[in-house]
Amino acid sequence: MPPGPNLARSPQESAGAPAATAGVPAVEAEGLGKRYGARWALAHVDMRLAPGRSLLLLGANGSGKTTLLKLLSTAVTPTLGRIRLFGLDARRDREAARRRLALLSHGAYHYEALTARENLRFACDLTAVPDPRRAVDEALARVGLASRGDDPVRTFSAGMRKRLALARLLVQFPDLAMIDEPYGALDQSGFALVDSVVADLRAAGRTVIVSTHLAERGARLCDEAVVLAGGRVHWRGPAREAPGVFQALGAFE
Amino acid sequence: MTAAERVRQAVTIARKDVLLEWRGRARINAIAFFGVTTLLMFSFAIGPDARTATLYAGAFLWLGLLLSSVLALAESFRVEAENDAVEGLRLLPVDALAMFLGKAVVNAALLFVLALLLLPLAVVLYGAKLDAGVGPIAGVFALGAAGVAAPGTLYAAVTSRIQAREVLLPLLLFPLVVPVLLAAVKATGLLMLGDPMGQVGSWTQLLVGFDVVYWILGSLLFARVIEE
Amino acid sequence: MRHAVMVGTGVVGLVLLALGHGLGLFWAPTDKMMGDVQRMMYAHVPTAWTALVAYLISFVACVGYLFFGDWTWDLVAEAAAEVGLVFNGLLLATGMIWGRPTWGVYWTWDPRLTTAGVLFLLYGGYLALRRFVDDPERRASLAAVVGILAFADAPIVYFSVRWWRGLHQIQSTPKTVDPEMVLCLRLSAFAMLFLMVHFVLRRVQIGRARLDRELAPPPAAAAGWGGPR
Repeated sequence: MPPGPNLARSPQESAGAPAATAGVPAVEAEGLGKRYGARWALAHVDMRLAPGRSLLLLGANGSGKTTLLKLLSTAVTPTLGRIRLFGLDARRDREAARRRLALLSHGAYHYEALTARENLRFACDLTAVPDPRRAVDEALARVGLASRGDDPVRTFSAGMRKRLALARLLVQFPDLAMIDEPYGALDQSGFALVDSVVADLRAAGRTVIVSTHLAERGARLCDEAVVLAGGRVHWRGPAREAPGVFQALGAFE
Repeated sequence: MTAAERVRQAVTIARKDVLLEWRGRARINAIAFFGVTTLLMFSFAIGPDARTATLYAGAFLWLGLLLSSVLALAESFRVEAENDAVEGLRLLPVDALAMFLGKAVVNAALLFVLALLLLPLAVVLYGAKLDAGVGPIAGVFALGAAGVAAPGTLYAAVTSRIQAREVLLPLLLFPLVVPVLLAAVKATGLLMLGDPMGQVGSWTQLLVGFDVVYWILGSLLFARVIEE
Repeated sequence: MRHAVMVGTGVVGLVLLALGHGLGLFWAPTDKMMGDVQRMMYAHVPTAWTALVAYLISFVACVGYLFFGDWTWDLVAEAAAEVGLVFNGLLLATGMIWGRPTWGVYWTWDPRLTTAGVLFLLYGGYLALRRFVDDPERRASLAAVVGILAFADAPIVYFSVRWWRGLHQIQSTPKTVDPEMVLCLRLSAFAMLFLMVHFVLRRVQIGRARLDRELAPPPAAAAGWGGPR
């Protein structure tokens, strides 16, 4: 395996920790709420995450993990509340905020008719990644898709698509990485790959949010944790205590 | 976002769309074939009178193109809705204006090529005359294709993620492009049948006016369509 | 206050309508060219003006929604489009009824009538789109975009049809030189304007009630699992 953090750079920094302005949180959200018609998918969520810290989002299906990540990544506009990313207002300075973040989502963002390499290259070209060819090659090798890089995504299994999404995250290597259910559809080596990618991001001083329902596994990756239930924050505290809280919560449901 | 960055993004997106169209060329072929079929159906509908056919060659050609265009336009946003690709673009971040221009230009080019493919058929089936030269007719095709592509791209984005998109896209688009249809059919007809009064210029101006209005509106409003 | 405006516009509208149509039917002189058929003008022409004003209101509301994002703009845009569509329908119906005895055909490609027909389709599409988007916020944004594009088309359609018809166009409205006719026409026009405003206000009220049912209220802060520790 090639070494991680330096294989791809964010557009802003060439290496090392992002220049964090002292005291400005990477993520700051107040009173977040999202309504889909007659249903509040999320309500009264406050969050604060310092740069370089990592956060585990735990919750059952439908607890609001995905919605929260969509809101924090500016993919979806919140119905209520406000978000600041690195001190940038997610509504007014949305473009500047987006330049510093990436979201690995269920949708995965691939074009089926393009090859894995073309998909990654397309993302590189749109964000002006330096030396895109090398970055794409290294990312593909890292996620174990080097031999399938020139096959169209249409032919990929669910696990391979997840790996490709991880490769896209590696190419972007953002200051703030949000990763939604990374373990879905992956095999054992895929689990290890996710863990190593998150470890690389953390080692490089990036801020990471991981959502999963695999409590124990997620807890090993992160510093802090938030447990969501019914679209609200049920508990927050150190990541190592989160699995216990989550399991206790499950017993009530 | 700087202008240079916008242009680069628009070009990158246009290149990607051309590549996707090329990979999906079986579909484009089918759409072109569908256009050919409609032209044939029009001939059957009006009967074997050659003079009537020649008279309405421009009209049938544009109707055939319009009917095929919704299929091509819908496809250009089906690929973006699949796997939430459009959300991925937004987050990169891709500028909404660049995205609109990139996609609308490719759609306009696609419709233009479809029109050029239908032209020889109009000559064969309807006896359309190309005495005025293919150049001016191609010019009218380009302006008309641009007029359909701008609102068409916007409406394809509007309808891409809602139910009943197959019926809503033509329902919204067809009445809107009535001026394009009128002007393009008139201009094409005048070029094919002769233009004693020198009216082609006015119709071309109308097409240009429509294009300007809707390319501007599309550029301004596209961001509201793709953001959630 | 709001209630008074609603009742007021309705009452004034009905009184003016009775007056304008009554005078138009029984008092105004018979047209020399067209005879009694011309009396349809008092119903036909005001529907055109009213529909256009309603569409204009809807267009302004669409722009307003995109700028300010307040629900009222969206409600007004929908209400005015729907009411405009009703007047537009009346316009087309009376136009056809008038056209048959006057020109012997139900439909002529008069620029005004044709534009009205195209607008009918455009706003029909606008209202159809609204039915198919479930999320109220998304529906409001998409509909606002479609509403703006549709309204911008009206003048282009009008001019293109005028050119298309060439110079020999048929005068669709008779010359109203008689002061009695002008008075009846004005009364009817204001009657429909008031009624249109009344309908729009009603429709906004209905829309607001629907929206209240559609949108869950913000949940109370204390509910749920005890909140953050």
